[in-house]
Amino acid sequence: MSEIFFHITAAVYLLATLVYSAYLFSRKERLLTVAQAAMVAGFAFHTATIIARWAAAGRTPATSFHESLTFFSWVTVFAFLFLLVKYRQRVLGAFVSPFALLLLITASLLPKEIVPLSPVLESYWLPVHVSLAFLGNSFFALAFLLGVMYIIQERYLKTRKLKGLFFALPSLETLDELNYKCLQYGFPLLTAAIITGAIWSEYATGSYWEWKHRQVWSLITWFLYAALLHGRLTAGWRGRKAAILSSAAFACLIGSYFIINILSGGAHGLSR
Amino acid sequence: MNLVIVGLNHKTSPVEIREKLSFPSHAIGEPLSKLTNHYGLAEGVILSTCNRVEVLAVASDAERGTWQVKRFLSDYHSIPLERLDDHLYVRQGEEAVKHLFRVAAGLDSMIMGEPQILGQVKDAYGYAVHGNAAGVIVNKLYHKAFQVAKRVRTETRIGEAAVSISFAAVELARKIFGNLAGKTSMLIGAGEMAELAARHLQTNGVREILVANRTYEKAVELVKCFSGTAIMFREFPHYLKNADIVIASTASPNFLIKPEQVEEVMRERKNRPMFFIDISVPRNIDPEVNNIDNCYVYDVDDLQGVVVANLQERHKEAEQAEAIIVEEIDRFYRWIKSLDVVPTIIALRQACDSVRKAELAKALGSLPGLGENETRVLDAMTSAIVKKILHHPITHLKREADKIEGDLYIDTIRKLFDLASETDAAKKAAQDSADWPAGFSSGSKKT
Repeated sequence: MSEIFFHITAAVYLLATLVYSAYLFSRKERLLTVAQAAMVAGFAFHTATIIARWAAAGRTPATSFHESLTFFSWVTVFAFLFLLVKYRQRVLGAFVSPFALLLLITASLLPKEIVPLSPVLESYWLPVHVSLAFLGNSFFALAFLLGVMYIIQERYLKTRKLKGLFFALPSLETLDELNYKCLQYGFPLLTAAIITGAIWSEYATGSYWEWKHRQVWSLITWFLYAALLHGRLTAGWRGRKAAILSSAAFACLIGSYFIINILSGGAHGLSR
Repeated sequence: MNLVIVGLNHKTSPVEIREKLSFPSHAIGEPLSKLTNHYGLAEGVILSTCNRVEVLAVASDAERGTWQVKRFLSDYHSIPLERLDDHLYVRQGEEAVKHLFRVAAGLDSMIMGEPQILGQVKDAYGYAVHGNAAGVIVNKLYHKAFQVAKRVRTETRIGEAAVSISFAAVELARKIFGNLAGKTSMLIGAGEMAELAARHLQTNGVREILVANRTYEKAVELVKCFSGTAIMFREFPHYLKNADIVIASTASPNFLIKPEQVEEVMRERKNRPMFFIDISVPRNIDPEVNNIDNCYVYDVDDLQGVVVANLQERHKEAEQAEAIIVEEIDRFYRWIKSLDVVPTIIALRQACDSVRKAELAKALGSLPGLGENETRVLDAMTSAIVKKILHHPITHLKREADKIEGDLYIDTIRKLFDLASETDAAKKAAQDSADWPAGFSSGSKKT
């Protein structure tokens, strides 16, 4: 069941991506509305995918690498819809939909079987920790996408060649502010994820902190984003610099996420 | 009734001719009344802008009307028609409607899609209404033209991209700052172009405008026009840190703003973006400033480049606009034709009803004992029969009127029911109710 929903979701995101691309080139408002409707529909199917998987596995479906990518994609679309309702920057969707699609495609290439979770890890802290961590990461993902948009738009303005995406992309200040907002949402979530992760670890293994790869990397990520936020607040890191740094921080985050998952085979290496 | 437009524009005539034919807008009532009173034209509108002079007239015959308008132009401006004729274009019937729609939408303008022309067309119509030169045809036609222009504006991006240097500057500022509300702008040098750009910025929300000029008095004078603050010229570098948008337009032969200086300012501003517009030649702002993070420098050529790119964008949009106009003309004529069918339907109903009434009266005469109630029932029944019999023919007639063979149906119905004599009266009734003369139709095709 979950698999069918998974494929429908990917197909709908693909459709959204195509319609968004058509919008970027034609800038017909109607296309934007259609693409947005597709995103909402895709999110509904995505939710169904998660619920079905949850029912099948009997636990939060964010354990195997396949599951966690699917979950990450879902939370990112959720975060996007949240920003959309709050700040109405509709063009962002044109960058979120291919991103969500890419995550799903990667997930589809990975083994899909349900891996049983070792009983020590079964805890209420699992869904809490996982949701917080992925929600935080999804806001960083959005900050990254906004950073990419900023860099593109800035290039147009600096080189004074106004064509293509220039007309469709929002203003620099809008992109910069929204990037900042995403960091402001993402950072406390990441902090909370690290704390809940430690508590969960205490329940499962009797120790808060074990200096495992995952914990070390999340700490590094936390410091990176802390430095970025601090720089924004005090040193006036804004615009291009902030865009590049938030993209770099995200590259570090996603890189460590992939490496750890490939090395350990999912769930911080604890599921085996 | 026929529609005629005679005129000339920037494409068909040089300015020497256009200026001779122009009508001053404050005194357009007089030529308008001449046009309708002395030249036998039912209605008329005169549009006179710096790029075009056009007379739209409603005449009983297209050719005669055209000739009358030409004579009017020649007589009124005392220019022999031979000298004028080569520059004039003539549009009749449907072509005239199309021309008016295109002009109102800015598709015939020198700068494609420019919005001012719509205001000028509205004014021209206003003068015609004021001068009693606008009748039912002009009223309907112009309201439709305004509607079409609005549709073109909202459904295409023809008016979106800025095609003047000062508007391009505002557009760029918007792409950098998003909302201009609360931003500060600084003018260095008080040239005309800088003033124009500053005005545009202010209407777009820029809160404060600082003006520095070598002659301080001129700066003071300028800030009176758009509430700003005059500052001493040599002090402008101290104010740079407050300015989000800097417009330089002095005659200085050297760079007034240098990268080192801006780097310092950016530190003080905590890297908040700055937009430099250099419309002076030779340039006043070192182009190297553009290499500083969050600083954007545009000189006259850059802005001109933006304008050219935008114009190309507009020409692409124009195709879509033309399609809208074709669609609207079609809709317009379908509507006119449907009005043609209205008098026929009225006549048909009246003819049948008079037969019914006569027969009912006869029947009631031979049935003397009927009460009021019975009479009413009979009346209702007979009128129901007539209505039901006519229902299908009328529905078909209405539907067919939109098609090419619509005339054939109308003609057949008229002949079958012998409606010819009643039609004229019915037409008149329809005209009063629909505000539209039934005979007005496309070009010379119909009477």
